[in-house]
Amino acid sequence: MNVAVTLQFAADTQKLPEVLDKLDTNLLSAGCPEDARTQLAVAAEEIFVNIASYAYEGKQGSATINIKADAHKATISFADSGFPYDPLQKEDPNIEQAAEDRPIGGLGVFLVKEMCDEVHYERRNDMNILTLVKKY
Amino acid sequence: MTYEITSPAPDLAILVKGRLDTLTSPQLESELEPLLGKAGSLTIDMSGVDYLSSAGLRLILTLQKHFKKEGGSFKLRNIQPGVMEILRMTGFLKILSVE
Repeated sequence: MNVAVTLQFAADTQKLPEVLDKLDTNLLSAGCPEDARTQLAVAAEEIFVNIASYAYEGKQGSATINIKADAHKATISFADSGFPYDPLQKEDPNIEQAAEDRPIGGLGVFLVKEMCDEVHYERRNDMNILTLVKKY
Repeated sequence: MTYEITSPAPDLAILVKGRLDTLTSPQLESELEPLLGKAGSLTIDMSGVDYLSSAGLRLILTLQKHFKKEGGSFKLRNIQPGVMEILRMTGFLKILSVE
């Protein structure tokens, strides 16, 4: 089944279970297999939590999530009207480093890139729009 | 996420069930913290963990660093395939003891 929905959430980490629940329900309706749904959930968590934690610098804001999916591919975009920020510009962590040398954190965006086939950022109409594409 | 202590310190072992995400990982970390002082080793049975995000990786790295520094051992066991894949792609399998 083709799914095309737009959902809006307060940019608040406490909304994370609701975000992931709605995403999973829609992907399931589209016929997305379980392993791909889990990987998309991991990617969506990283992006939503980034928006909730940083986009509005402590002020209230929202995140709009657009899901288009069918039995072969999902395209999920996250839009916020916070400060301009392209997370894809962040350098990938060195995953060869020994445990004691590794910084705590910094793996979120790297995981998003690993979990998806394509990740795009654009700044449009004063919004940050990050789009994930995953084929399955 | 829930957990139970299956062996007390010094050979601390816990069984974790559910998700290790942004909301649950800090909760597990703060509950484990007071137990670590007496623990010479920690084994986490991951058989019930079906979801791991970067917040879960952060917790695992924090524990690994703790036991490396204190000279104890830290192990993960019975990891589900999806979680194993995340540990592999982030290079964690090279720095962790896994059984």
